[in-house]
Amino acid sequence: MAIIETRKLTKSYGSIQAVRGVDLSIEKGEIFGLLGPNGAGKTTTIGMLCTIIRPTSGSASIAGYDIVQRPSAVRSKVGIVFQDPTLDTILTGYENLELHARLYGITSALRKKRISEMLQLVDLTDRRNDLTRTYSGGMRRRLEMARGLLHRPAALFLDEPTLGLDPQTRARIWDYIRKMARKEQTTVILTTHYMEEADQVCDRVGIIDHGQIIALNAPGNLKESMGGDLVIIRTKEPPLVKIKALPYVREVKFNDGVLEITMKDAHLHLSGLLFMIPGVECVEIRVPTLSDVFIKLTGHDIRDDSAEDSGSWIDSVARYRQKGK
Amino acid sequence: MNENRLQKELMGVLAVWWREFKVFQREKSRIVSSIVQPIMWLFIFGTGIGATVNMSSINYQDYIYPGVLTMSVLFGSVFFGLYIVWDRKLDVLKAVLVAPVSRISIFLGKVLGGCTDVMLQIAVLFLFSFLFPAVNVWGIPQALLLLFITSVALVSMGLALGSLLESLEGFQVISAFLVFPLFFLSGALFPIDDKLPAWLTGLVKLNPLTYAVDGVRGALLNINVFPFYLDFGVIVIFAAIMLLLGSVLFSRMK
Ligand SMILES: Nc1ncnc2c1ncn2[C@@H]1O[C@H](COP(=O)(O)OP(=O)(O)OP(=O)(O)O)[C@@H](O)[C@H]1O
Ligand SMILES: [Mg+2]
Repeated sequence: MAIIETRKLTKSYGSIQAVRGVDLSIEKGEIFGLLGPNGAGKTTTIGMLCTIIRPTSGSASIAGYDIVQRPSAVRSKVGIVFQDPTLDTILTGYENLELHARLYGITSALRKKRISEMLQLVDLTDRRNDLTRTYSGGMRRRLEMARGLLHRPAALFLDEPTLGLDPQTRARIWDYIRKMARKEQTTVILTTHYMEEADQVCDRVGIIDHGQIIALNAPGNLKESMGGDLVIIRTKEPPLVKIKALPYVREVKFNDGVLEITMKDAHLHLSGLLFMIPGVECVEIRVPTLSDVFIKLTGHDIRDDSAEDSGSWIDSVARYRQKGK
Repeated sequence: MNENRLQKELMGVLAVWWREFKVFQREKSRIVSSIVQPIMWLFIFGTGIGATVNMSSINYQDYIYPGVLTMSVLFGSVFFGLYIVWDRKLDVLKAVLVAPVSRISIFLGKVLGGCTDVMLQIAVLFLFSFLFPAVNVWGIPQALLLLFITSVALVSMGLALGSLLESLEGFQVISAFLVFPLFFLSGALFPIDDKLPAWLTGLVKLNPLTYAVDGVRGALLNINVFPFYLDFGVIVIFAAIMLLLGSVLFSRMK
Protein backbone atom coordinates (compact mmCIF):
# COMPACT_ATOMS: atom_id res chain seq x y z
CA MET A 1 0.00 0.00 0.00
CA ALA A 2 1.28 3.42 -0.88
CA ILE A 3 1.71 5.61 2.18
CA ILE A 4 2.19 8.78 0.15
CA GLU A 5 0.43 9.47 -3.08
CA THR A 6 0.59 12.71 -5.02
CA ARG A 7 -1.30 13.62 -8.17
CA LYS A 8 -0.20 16.57 -10.31
CA LEU A 9 0.96 18.37 -7.20
CA THR A 10 1.73 21.95 -8.16
CA LYS A 11 2.82 25.12 -6.42
CA SER A 12 3.34 28.52 -8.00
CA TYR A 13 4.60 31.69 -6.39
CA GLY A 14 3.36 34.33 -8.78
CA SER A 15 5.17 33.61 -12.00
CA ILE A 16 7.61 31.16 -10.38
CA GLN A 17 6.49 27.57 -10.73
CA ALA A 18 8.24 25.96 -7.80
CA VAL A 19 6.65 22.52 -8.26
CA ARG A 20 4.93 21.45 -11.46
CA GLY A 21 2.68 18.44 -11.52
CA VAL A 22 4.57 16.00 -9.35
CA ASP A 23 3.21 12.45 -9.35
CA LEU A 24 4.69 10.20 -6.71
CA SER A 25 3.72 7.00 -5.03
CA ILE A 26 5.83 6.02 -2.06
CA GLU A 27 5.48 2.65 -0.42
CA LYS A 28 5.34 1.93 3.26
CA GLY A 29 8.79 1.33 4.73
CA GLU A 30 10.69 2.78 1.79
CA ILE A 31 13.62 5.16 2.05
CA PHE A 32 12.91 7.54 -0.75
CA GLY A 33 15.32 10.22 -1.92
CA LEU A 34 14.27 13.38 -3.68
CA LEU A 35 17.34 14.65 -5.48
CA GLY A 36 17.77 17.90 -7.26
CA PRO A 37 19.80 21.10 -7.48
CA ASN A 38 19.14 24.31 -5.54
CA GLY A 39 15.72 25.69 -6.26
CA ALA A 40 14.44 22.47 -7.84
CA GLY A 41 11.39 22.43 -5.60
CA LYS A 42 12.37 19.83 -3.01
CA THR A 43 11.57 21.88 0.07
CA THR A 44 8.35 23.13 -1.50
CA THR A 45 7.23 19.57 -2.24
CA ILE A 46 7.92 18.49 1.33
CA GLY A 47 6.24 21.61 2.66
CA MET A 48 3.06 20.75 0.78
CA LEU A 49 3.11 17.15 2.00
CA CYS A 50 3.46 18.37 5.59
CA THR A 51 0.58 20.84 5.07
CA ILE A 52 2.75 23.88 5.71
CA ILE A 53 2.38 25.08 2.13
CA ARG A 54 -0.95 25.01 0.36
CA PRO A 55 -0.73 23.52 -3.13
CA THR A 56 -1.86 25.69 -6.04
CA SER A 57 -3.38 22.64 -7.70
CA GLY A 58 -3.22 18.88 -7.68
CA SER A 59 -3.68 16.67 -4.67
CA ALA A 60 -1.83 14.41 -2.30
CA SER A 61 -2.59 12.08 0.53
CA ILE A 62 -0.58 10.65 3.39
CA ALA A 63 -1.68 7.47 5.13
CA GLY A 64 -4.99 7.93 3.37
CA TYR A 65 -5.62 11.51 4.55
CA ASP A 66 -5.89 14.28 2.01
CA ILE A 67 -3.39 17.05 2.71
CA VAL A 68 -5.85 19.84 2.01
CA GLN A 69 -9.01 18.35 3.50
CA ARG A 70 -7.50 16.78 6.61
CA PRO A 71 -4.39 18.79 7.50
CA SER A 72 -4.58 18.03 11.19
CA ALA A 73 -4.74 14.28 10.63
CA VAL A 74 -1.85 14.52 8.17
CA ARG A 75 0.22 16.51 10.66
CA SER A 76 -0.14 13.87 13.32
CA LYS A 77 1.03 11.26 10.79
CA VAL A 78 4.20 12.98 9.65
CA GLY A 79 7.44 13.96 11.26
CA ILE A 80 9.68 16.54 9.71
CA VAL A 81 13.26 17.70 10.04
CA PHE A 82 13.50 21.04 8.34
CA GLN A 83 16.35 22.12 6.13
CA ASP A 84 17.30 24.85 8.62
CA PRO A 85 17.71 23.93 12.28
CA THR A 86 14.64 24.54 14.42
CA LEU A 87 15.67 23.35 17.87
CA ASP A 88 14.72 25.48 20.84
CA THR A 89 18.25 26.34 21.91
CA ILE A 90 17.21 27.72 25.27
CA LEU A 91 15.84 24.29 26.21
CA THR A 92 17.78 21.11 26.90
CA GLY A 93 17.70 18.13 24.58
CA TYR A 94 15.22 16.38 26.84
CA GLU A 95 13.01 19.43 27.08
CA ASN A 96 12.95 19.83 23.32
CA LEU A 97 11.59 16.31 23.04
CA GLU A 98 9.18 16.89 25.90
CA LEU A 99 7.77 20.01 24.25
CA HIS A 100 7.25 18.03 21.08
CA ALA A 101 5.62 15.14 22.93
CA ARG A 102 3.23 17.54 24.64
CA LEU A 103 2.38 19.26 21.37
CA TYR A 104 1.58 15.93 19.78
CA GLY A 105 -0.66 14.95 22.66
CA ILE A 106 1.50 12.11 23.98
CA THR A 107 0.26 11.44 27.49
CA SER A 108 2.66 11.82 30.38
CA ALA A 109 2.69 8.09 31.09
CA LEU A 110 4.00 7.33 27.62
CA ARG A 111 6.11 10.44 27.25
CA LYS A 112 9.03 9.48 29.47
CA LYS A 113 9.43 6.06 27.95
CA ARG A 114 9.24 7.30 24.41
CA ILE A 115 11.69 10.15 24.99
CA SER A 116 14.31 7.91 26.54
CA GLU A 117 13.88 5.40 23.72
CA MET A 118 14.48 8.11 21.16
CA LEU A 119 17.43 9.62 23.02
CA GLN A 120 18.98 6.20 23.10
CA LEU A 121 18.38 5.65 19.42
CA VAL A 122 20.39 8.74 18.53
CA ASP A 123 22.95 8.25 21.32
CA LEU A 124 22.21 11.46 23.14
CA THR A 125 21.14 10.02 26.48
CA ASP A 126 24.19 11.35 28.30
CA ARG A 127 23.72 14.85 26.88
CA ARG A 128 19.99 15.04 27.50
CA ASN A 129 20.19 17.65 30.22
CA ASP A 130 22.48 20.04 28.36
CA LEU A 131 21.09 23.07 26.58
CA THR A 132 20.92 22.33 22.87
CA ARG A 133 22.88 25.48 22.13
CA THR A 134 25.89 23.59 23.43
CA TYR A 135 25.37 20.73 20.94
CA SER A 136 27.49 20.22 17.84
CA GLY A 137 25.87 20.42 14.40
CA GLY A 138 25.68 16.64 14.11
CA MET A 139 24.15 16.27 17.58
CA ARG A 140 21.52 18.86 16.75
CA ARG A 141 20.60 17.01 13.60
CA ARG A 142 20.30 13.76 15.50
CA LEU A 143 18.11 15.32 18.13
CA GLU A 144 15.89 16.80 15.44
CA MET A 145 15.53 13.39 13.85
CA ALA A 146 14.65 11.89 17.22
CA ARG A 147 12.09 14.64 17.66
CA GLY A 148 10.62 13.93 14.24
CA LEU A 149 10.14 10.28 15.14
CA LEU A 150 8.88 10.78 18.68
CA HIS A 151 5.18 10.56 17.86
CA ARG A 152 5.65 7.49 15.66
CA PRO A 153 4.84 9.14 12.34
CA ALA A 154 3.94 7.02 9.34
CA ALA A 155 6.33 9.12 7.27
CA LEU A 156 9.42 11.02 8.29
CA PHE A 157 10.60 13.86 6.07
CA LEU A 158 14.25 14.85 6.21
CA ASP A 159 15.09 17.96 4.25
CA GLU A 160 18.84 17.94 3.59
CA PRO A 161 19.70 15.98 6.75
CA THR A 162 23.45 16.23 6.17
CA LEU A 163 23.82 19.73 4.77
CA GLY A 164 26.68 21.65 6.32
CA LEU A 165 28.14 18.71 8.19
CA ASP A 166 31.63 17.30 7.75
CA PRO A 167 32.04 13.98 5.89
CA GLN A 168 32.43 11.81 8.99
CA THR A 169 29.38 13.29 10.65
CA ARG A 170 27.45 12.87 7.43
CA ALA A 171 28.31 9.21 7.28
CA ARG A 172 27.11 8.77 10.86
CA ILE A 173 23.86 10.60 10.16
CA TRP A 174 23.17 8.22 7.27
CA ASP A 175 23.82 5.28 9.57
CA TYR A 176 21.27 6.68 11.99
CA ILE A 177 18.74 7.19 9.24
CA ARG A 178 19.05 3.58 8.15
CA LYS A 179 18.85 2.40 11.73
CA MET A 180 15.81 4.54 12.50
CA ALA A 181 13.96 3.47 9.40
CA ARG A 182 14.50 -0.13 10.32
CA LYS A 183 13.75 0.09 14.02
CA GLU A 184 10.75 2.35 13.79
CA GLN A 185 9.52 0.91 10.50
CA THR A 186 8.95 4.38 9.22
CA THR A 187 8.82 5.50 5.65
CA VAL A 188 11.58 8.05 5.12
CA ILE A 189 11.51 10.74 2.48
CA LEU A 190 14.70 12.70 2.26
CA THR A 191 16.18 15.33 0.04
CA THR A 192 19.84 15.80 -0.61
CA HIS A 193 22.42 17.17 -2.99
CA TYR A 194 24.83 14.39 -2.15
CA MET A 195 24.16 11.90 -4.91
CA GLU A 196 26.63 9.33 -3.72
CA GLU A 197 25.08 9.28 -0.28
CA ALA A 198 21.58 8.98 -1.66
CA ASP A 199 22.78 6.13 -3.83
CA GLN A 200 23.90 4.20 -0.78
CA VAL A 201 20.90 4.86 1.44
CA CYS A 202 17.81 5.12 -0.73
CA ASP A 203 15.66 2.29 -2.00
CA ARG A 204 14.38 4.57 -4.73
CA VAL A 205 15.17 8.07 -5.85
CA GLY A 206 13.25 10.69 -7.73
CA ILE A 207 15.28 13.26 -9.60
CA ILE A 208 13.62 16.63 -9.60
CA ASP A 209 14.63 19.60 -11.70
CA HIS A 210 12.73 22.83 -12.30
CA GLY A 211 9.85 21.48 -10.26
CA GLN A 212 9.40 18.30 -12.30
CA ILE A 213 10.26 14.71 -11.59
CA ILE A 214 12.44 13.69 -14.50
CA ALA A 215 13.43 10.22 -13.34
CA LEU A 216 12.11 7.84 -10.75
CA ASN A 217 13.69 4.47 -10.04
CA ALA A 218 16.02 2.46 -7.85
CA PRO A 219 19.53 3.98 -7.95
CA GLY A 220 20.95 0.79 -9.50
CA ASN A 221 18.45 0.90 -12.35
CA LEU A 222 19.14 4.55 -13.02
CA LYS A 223 22.86 3.91 -13.28
CA GLU A 224 22.22 0.90 -15.45
CA SER A 225 20.29 3.13 -17.84
CA MET A 226 23.51 5.04 -18.52
CA GLY A 227 24.58 2.20 -20.78
CA GLY A 228 27.69 1.06 -18.96
CA ASP A 229 31.09 2.19 -17.74
CA LEU A 230 33.11 4.88 -19.40
CA VAL A 231 36.76 4.24 -20.20
CA ILE A 232 38.83 7.26 -21.19
CA ILE A 233 42.15 6.59 -22.83
CA ARG A 234 44.71 9.12 -23.98
CA THR A 235 46.32 7.74 -27.13
CA LYS A 236 47.41 8.80 -30.62
CA GLU A 237 46.07 6.26 -33.11
CA PRO A 238 43.48 3.84 -31.78
CA PRO A 239 42.15 1.07 -34.05
CA LEU A 240 38.62 2.45 -33.94
CA VAL A 241 36.99 -0.13 -36.17
CA LYS A 242 38.41 -3.05 -34.22
CA ILE A 243 37.34 -1.53 -30.93
CA LYS A 244 33.82 -0.91 -32.16
CA ALA A 245 33.52 -4.53 -33.17
CA LEU A 246 34.13 -5.80 -29.63
CA PRO A 247 30.97 -7.37 -28.19
CA TYR A 248 31.14 -5.55 -24.86
CA VAL A 249 31.72 -2.10 -26.39
CA ARG A 250 28.65 0.06 -26.87
CA GLU A 251 29.88 3.40 -28.03
CA VAL A 252 33.19 4.89 -29.11
CA LYS A 253 34.19 8.53 -29.47
CA PHE A 254 37.60 9.86 -30.46
CA ASN A 255 38.58 13.51 -30.27
CA ASP A 256 41.93 15.24 -29.94
CA GLY A 257 43.80 12.21 -28.74
CA VAL A 258 41.13 11.32 -26.20
CA LEU A 259 39.31 8.08 -26.72
CA GLU A 260 36.03 7.58 -24.87
CA ILE A 261 34.59 4.11 -24.80
CA THR A 262 31.28 3.23 -23.25
CA MET A 263 31.29 -0.42 -22.35
CA LYS A 264 29.94 -3.10 -20.09
CA ASP A 265 31.90 -4.35 -17.10
CA ALA A 266 35.08 -2.36 -17.63
CA HIS A 267 36.80 -4.12 -14.75
CA LEU A 268 36.60 -7.44 -16.59
CA HIS A 269 37.50 -6.31 -20.09
CA LEU A 270 39.99 -3.53 -19.54
CA SER A 271 43.18 -5.55 -19.97
CA GLY A 272 41.95 -7.12 -23.21
CA LEU A 273 41.03 -3.71 -24.51
CA LEU A 274 44.32 -2.09 -23.62
CA PHE A 275 46.18 -4.88 -25.36
CA MET A 276 44.70 -3.75 -28.66
CA ILE A 277 45.58 -0.09 -28.34
CA PRO A 278 49.13 1.08 -29.04
CA GLY A 279 50.75 4.00 -27.29
CA VAL A 280 48.43 4.38 -24.33
CA GLU A 281 49.46 7.40 -22.25
CA CYS A 282 46.92 7.16 -19.50
CA VAL A 283 43.65 5.45 -18.67
CA GLU A 284 40.69 6.48 -16.61
CA ILE A 285 37.61 4.47 -15.77
CA ARG A 286 34.35 6.03 -14.77
CA VAL A 287 31.68 3.86 -13.31
CA PRO A 288 28.41 5.73 -13.72
CA THR A 289 27.15 7.48 -10.65
CA LEU A 290 23.84 9.08 -9.92
CA SER A 291 25.53 12.37 -10.72
CA ASP A 292 26.21 11.15 -14.21
CA VAL A 293 22.58 10.16 -14.52
CA PHE A 294 21.67 13.61 -13.37
CA ILE A 295 23.96 15.34 -15.85
CA LYS A 296 22.68 13.20 -18.66
CA LEU A 297 19.06 13.96 -17.84
CA THR A 298 19.37 17.65 -17.13
CA GLY A 299 22.43 18.70 -19.04
CA HIS A 300 24.00 20.24 -15.96
CA ASP A 301 25.67 19.18 -12.75
CA ILE A 302 23.73 19.08 -9.52
CA ARG A 303 26.22 21.35 -7.83
CA ASP A 304 28.61 23.97 -9.01
CA ASP A 305 31.39 22.40 -7.03
CA SER A 306 31.15 18.89 -8.31
CA ALA A 307 34.33 17.78 -6.58
CA GLU A 308 32.69 14.89 -4.81
CA ASP A 309 31.38 13.03 -7.77
CA SER A 310 33.68 13.72 -10.72
CA GLY A 311 36.25 11.53 -9.05
CA SER A 312 39.67 10.64 -10.37
CA TRP A 313 40.51 7.26 -11.69
CA ILE A 314 41.71 6.06 -8.30
CA ASP A 315 38.55 7.26 -6.65
CA SER A 316 36.39 5.51 -9.16
CA VAL A 317 38.14 2.25 -8.67
CA ALA A 318 38.09 2.54 -4.92
CA ARG A 319 34.43 3.36 -4.98
CA TYR A 320 33.76 0.53 -7.37
CA ARG A 321 35.50 -1.98 -5.17
CA GLN A 322 33.62 -0.82 -2.15
CA LYS A 323 30.33 -1.38 -3.82
CA GLY A 324 31.32 -4.72 -5.18
CA LYS A 325 31.51 -6.09 -1.68
CA MET B 1 -15.16 19.54 17.51
CA ASN B 2 -15.24 16.26 19.36
CA GLU B 3 -13.91 15.69 22.84
CA ASN B 4 -10.68 14.04 21.79
CA ARG B 5 -9.86 16.91 19.50
CA LEU B 6 -10.60 19.44 22.23
CA GLN B 7 -8.34 17.57 24.60
CA LYS B 8 -5.52 17.63 22.06
CA GLU B 9 -5.93 21.37 21.63
CA LEU B 10 -5.86 21.85 25.37
CA MET B 11 -2.66 19.84 25.59
CA GLY B 12 -1.25 22.09 22.89
CA VAL B 13 -2.08 25.22 24.89
CA LEU B 14 -0.44 23.70 27.96
CA ALA B 15 2.60 22.61 25.95
CA VAL B 16 3.32 26.13 24.76
CA TRP B 17 2.64 27.52 28.21
CA TRP B 18 5.04 24.95 29.70
CA ARG B 19 7.73 25.98 27.21
CA GLU B 20 7.35 29.66 28.02
CA PHE B 21 7.65 28.93 31.70
CA LYS B 22 10.86 26.96 31.17
CA VAL B 23 12.29 29.84 29.19
CA PHE B 24 11.24 32.27 31.90
CA GLN B 25 13.02 30.24 34.56
CA ARG B 26 16.14 30.21 32.48
CA GLU B 27 16.31 33.89 31.64
CA LYS B 28 17.25 35.06 35.10
CA SER B 29 18.82 38.29 33.90
CA ARG B 30 15.58 39.27 32.20
CA ILE B 31 13.62 38.69 35.39
CA VAL B 32 16.05 40.72 37.46
CA SER B 33 16.08 43.64 35.06
CA SER B 34 12.30 43.60 34.73
CA ILE B 35 12.08 44.05 38.49
CA VAL B 36 14.94 46.47 38.95
CA GLN B 37 13.54 48.91 36.43
CA PRO B 38 10.23 49.61 38.20
CA ILE B 39 12.06 49.79 41.50
CA MET B 40 14.19 52.58 40.09
CA TRP B 41 11.07 54.40 38.97
CA LEU B 42 9.60 54.10 42.43
CA PHE B 43 12.63 55.00 44.48
CA ILE B 44 14.64 57.34 42.28
CA PHE B 45 12.07 58.99 40.07
CA GLY B 46 9.41 58.90 42.79
CA THR B 47 11.67 60.32 45.43
CA GLY B 48 13.12 62.99 43.14
CA ILE B 49 9.82 64.27 41.82
CA GLY B 50 8.15 63.67 45.17
CA ALA B 51 10.58 66.13 46.76
CA THR B 52 9.14 69.00 44.71
CA VAL B 53 5.60 67.88 43.89
CA ASN B 54 3.10 68.61 46.57
CA MET B 55 0.00 66.46 46.59
CA SER B 56 -2.57 67.34 49.16
CA SER B 57 -3.59 64.00 50.54
CA ILE B 58 -0.85 61.59 49.59
CA ASN B 59 2.83 61.11 49.21
CA TYR B 60 3.90 61.15 45.49
CA GLN B 61 5.74 57.83 45.71
CA ASP B 62 2.63 56.14 47.05
CA TYR B 63 0.61 57.83 44.36
CA ILE B 64 2.65 56.46 41.46
CA TYR B 65 3.00 52.93 42.89
CA PRO B 66 -0.10 51.63 41.06
CA GLY B 67 1.06 53.44 37.92
CA VAL B 68 4.47 51.79 38.06
CA LEU B 69 2.86 48.37 38.54
CA THR B 70 0.77 48.99 35.44
CA MET B 71 3.86 50.17 33.59
CA SER B 72 5.63 46.91 34.42
CA VAL B 73 2.68 45.02 33.02
CA LEU B 74 2.76 47.17 29.90
CA PHE B 75 6.45 46.76 29.15
CA GLY B 76 6.66 43.12 30.19
CA SER B 77 3.59 42.11 28.20
CA VAL B 78 4.18 43.98 24.96
CA PHE B 79 7.81 42.98 24.73
CA PHE B 80 6.99 39.38 25.56
CA GLY B 81 4.59 39.38 22.63
CA LEU B 82 6.98 41.10 20.27
CA TYR B 83 9.57 38.49 21.14
CA ILE B 84 7.97 36.10 18.64
CA VAL B 85 9.67 38.09 15.91
CA TRP B 86 12.91 36.76 17.32
CA ASP B 87 11.49 33.24 17.70
CA ARG B 88 10.53 33.30 14.07
CA LYS B 89 13.91 34.56 13.02
CA LEU B 90 15.53 31.65 14.83
CA ASP B 91 12.92 29.29 13.36
CA VAL B 92 11.99 28.14 16.86
CA LEU B 93 8.32 28.51 16.05
CA LYS B 94 8.52 26.51 12.84
CA ALA B 95 8.62 23.16 14.57
CA VAL B 96 5.78 24.20 16.87
CA LEU B 97 3.58 25.46 14.05
CA VAL B 98 3.76 22.15 12.17
CA ALA B 99 2.32 20.21 15.13
CA PRO B 100 -1.29 19.01 14.87
CA VAL B 101 -2.49 21.87 17.07
CA SER B 102 -4.43 24.88 15.85
CA ARG B 103 -2.82 28.28 15.68
CA ILE B 104 -5.36 29.62 18.16
CA SER B 105 -4.21 27.12 20.77
CA ILE B 106 -0.59 28.05 20.23
CA PHE B 107 -1.54 31.70 20.49
CA LEU B 108 -3.43 31.09 23.74
CA GLY B 109 -0.49 29.17 25.16
CA LYS B 110 1.73 32.13 24.37
CA VAL B 111 -0.72 34.55 26.00
CA LEU B 112 -0.86 32.43 29.14
CA GLY B 113 2.92 32.14 29.15
CA GLY B 114 3.37 35.89 28.86
CA CYS B 115 0.79 36.64 31.54
CA THR B 116 2.44 34.16 33.89
CA ASP B 117 5.84 35.82 33.45
CA VAL B 118 4.40 39.25 33.98
CA MET B 119 2.25 38.36 36.97
CA LEU B 120 5.18 36.69 38.70
CA GLN B 121 7.15 39.90 38.28
CA ILE B 122 4.22 41.87 39.62
CA ALA B 123 4.01 39.55 42.61
CA VAL B 124 7.61 40.44 43.44
CA LEU B 125 6.77 44.13 43.18
CA PHE B 126 3.86 43.63 45.56
CA LEU B 127 6.35 42.40 48.12
CA PHE B 128 7.58 45.99 48.28
CA SER B 129 4.14 47.37 49.01
CA PHE B 130 4.90 47.61 52.74
CA LEU B 131 7.26 50.48 51.87
CA PHE B 132 4.29 52.53 50.69
CA PRO B 133 2.19 53.19 53.76
CA ALA B 134 -0.87 54.41 51.89
CA VAL B 135 -1.35 51.06 50.13
CA ASN B 136 -4.33 49.08 51.31
CA VAL B 137 -3.21 45.45 51.41
CA TRP B 138 -6.76 44.15 51.12
CA GLY B 139 -7.06 45.74 47.71
CA ILE B 140 -4.22 43.62 46.30
CA PRO B 141 -6.40 40.76 44.96
CA GLN B 142 -8.57 43.23 43.07
CA ALA B 143 -5.48 44.96 41.71
CA LEU B 144 -4.04 41.61 40.63
CA LEU B 145 -7.21 40.76 38.76
CA LEU B 146 -7.15 44.06 36.89
CA LEU B 147 -3.47 43.73 36.10
CA PHE B 148 -3.97 40.18 34.87
CA ILE B 149 -6.67 41.21 32.42
CA THR B 150 -4.51 44.12 31.31
CA SER B 151 -1.67 41.70 30.76
CA VAL B 152 -3.88 39.43 28.63
CA ALA B 153 -4.74 42.45 26.48
CA LEU B 154 -1.18 43.65 26.13
CA VAL B 155 0.48 40.27 25.50
CA SER B 156 -2.12 39.72 22.77
CA MET B 157 -1.33 43.14 21.35
CA GLY B 158 2.39 42.34 21.38
CA LEU B 159 1.77 39.01 19.64
CA ALA B 160 -0.48 40.70 17.10
CA LEU B 161 2.24 43.21 16.27
CA GLY B 162 4.91 40.52 16.36
CA SER B 163 2.94 38.52 13.78
CA LEU B 164 3.05 41.51 11.45
CA LEU B 165 6.67 42.52 11.90
CA GLU B 166 9.26 41.07 9.58
CA SER B 167 12.34 42.13 11.50
CA LEU B 168 13.55 43.38 14.82
CA GLU B 169 13.84 46.93 13.54
CA GLY B 170 10.15 47.40 14.19
CA PHE B 171 10.86 47.16 17.94
CA GLN B 172 12.15 50.73 18.13
CA VAL B 173 9.20 52.08 16.22
CA ILE B 174 6.74 50.29 18.44
CA SER B 175 8.54 51.44 21.56
CA ALA B 176 8.57 55.05 20.49
CA PHE B 177 5.14 55.33 18.94
CA LEU B 178 3.10 52.90 20.99
CA VAL B 179 4.53 51.68 24.26
CA PHE B 180 5.89 54.96 25.61
CA PRO B 181 2.85 57.02 24.58
CA LEU B 182 0.57 54.42 26.20
CA PHE B 183 2.60 54.79 29.37
CA PHE B 184 2.90 58.58 29.48
CA LEU B 185 -0.74 59.07 28.54
CA SER B 186 -2.08 56.70 31.18
CA GLY B 187 -2.03 58.96 34.21
CA ALA B 188 0.51 56.61 35.78
CA LEU B 189 2.67 59.54 36.85
CA PHE B 190 0.20 62.42 37.22
CA PRO B 191 -3.38 62.88 38.31
CA ILE B 192 -6.06 63.40 35.70
CA ASP B 193 -7.71 66.55 36.97
CA ASP B 194 -8.84 69.94 35.72
CA LYS B 195 -5.31 71.32 35.85
CA LEU B 196 -4.44 69.30 32.72
CA PRO B 197 -4.91 71.02 29.33
CA ALA B 198 -7.94 69.72 27.47
CA TRP B 199 -5.95 68.06 24.66
CA LEU B 200 -4.02 66.01 27.19
CA THR B 201 -7.13 65.00 29.10
CA GLY B 202 -8.69 63.94 25.82
CA LEU B 203 -5.76 61.73 24.86
CA VAL B 204 -5.52 60.25 28.32
CA LYS B 205 -9.19 59.30 28.27
CA LEU B 206 -8.77 57.55 24.91
CA ASN B 207 -6.01 55.35 26.29
CA PRO B 208 -7.37 52.05 27.63
CA LEU B 209 -4.42 51.82 29.97
CA THR B 210 -5.69 54.89 31.84
CA TYR B 211 -8.56 52.77 33.10
CA ALA B 212 -6.19 50.05 34.24
CA VAL B 213 -4.11 52.55 36.20
CA ASP B 214 -7.24 54.14 37.63
CA GLY B 215 -8.72 50.80 38.64
CA VAL B 216 -5.51 49.64 40.31
CA ARG B 217 -5.14 52.96 42.07
CA GLY B 218 -8.71 52.70 43.25
CA ALA B 219 -8.08 49.21 44.60
CA LEU B 220 -4.83 50.03 46.36
CA LEU B 221 -5.21 53.68 47.37
CA ASN B 222 -8.91 54.36 47.16
CA ILE B 223 -8.23 57.19 44.74
CA ASN B 224 -10.09 57.00 41.48
CA VAL B 225 -11.36 59.22 38.74
CA PHE B 226 -13.73 56.72 37.14
CA PRO B 227 -16.09 54.27 38.79
CA PHE B 228 -14.78 50.72 39.14
CA TYR B 229 -17.28 49.22 36.72
CA LEU B 230 -16.05 51.58 33.99
CA ASP B 231 -12.39 50.74 34.63
CA PHE B 232 -13.17 47.04 34.69
CA GLY B 233 -15.44 47.20 31.63
CA VAL B 234 -12.94 49.09 29.49
CA ILE B 235 -10.11 46.70 30.33
CA VAL B 236 -12.21 43.61 29.65
CA ILE B 237 -13.35 44.97 26.30
CA PHE B 238 -9.77 45.97 25.46
CA ALA B 239 -8.61 42.44 26.30
CA ALA B 240 -11.39 40.85 24.25
CA ILE B 241 -10.56 42.95 21.20
CA MET B 242 -6.84 42.26 21.49
CA LEU B 243 -7.39 38.53 21.94
CA LEU B 244 -9.49 38.48 18.81
CA LEU B 245 -7.09 40.61 16.81
CA GLY B 246 -4.09 38.65 18.06
CA SER B 247 -5.55 35.27 17.25
CA VAL B 248 -6.53 36.38 13.76
CA LEU B 249 -3.14 37.89 12.97
CA PHE B 250 -1.25 35.03 14.58
CA SER B 251 -3.26 32.52 12.55
CA ARG B 252 -2.42 34.35 9.35
CA MET B 253 1.23 34.70 10.16
CA LYS B 254 3.56 33.07 7.67
N1 LIG C 1 7.90 31.66 -0.33
C1 LIG C 1 8.36 31.72 -1.59
N2 LIG C 1 8.08 32.78 -2.37
C2 LIG C 1 8.53 32.83 -3.64
N3 LIG C 1 9.25 31.88 -4.22
C3 LIG C 1 9.56 30.80 -3.51
C4 LIG C 1 9.14 30.66 -2.16
N4 LIG C 1 9.59 29.48 -1.69
C5 LIG C 1 10.27 28.91 -2.71
N5 LIG C 1 10.26 29.70 -3.80
C6 LIG C 1 10.89 29.39 -5.10
O1 LIG C 1 10.49 28.11 -5.48
C7 LIG C 1 11.57 27.41 -6.08
C8 LIG C 1 11.79 26.09 -5.36
O2 LIG C 1 12.28 26.33 -4.05
P1 LIG C 1 12.60 25.18 -3.01
O3 LIG C 1 12.96 25.82 -1.75
O4 LIG C 1 11.49 24.21 -3.01
O5 LIG C 1 13.87 24.52 -3.68
P2 LIG C 1 14.82 23.38 -3.11
O6 LIG C 1 14.81 22.29 -4.12
O7 LIG C 1 14.44 23.00 -1.73
O8 LIG C 1 16.23 24.08 -3.13
P3 LIG C 1 17.46 23.98 -2.10
O9 LIG C 1 18.26 22.82 -2.53
O10 LIG C 1 18.20 25.25 -2.34
O11 LIG C 1 16.91 23.87 -0.74
C9 LIG C 1 12.76 28.36 -6.04
O12 LIG C 1 12.84 28.98 -7.30
C10 LIG C 1 12.38 29.36 -5.00
O13 LIG C 1 12.94 30.61 -5.30
MG1 LIG D 1 15.35 23.12 0.09
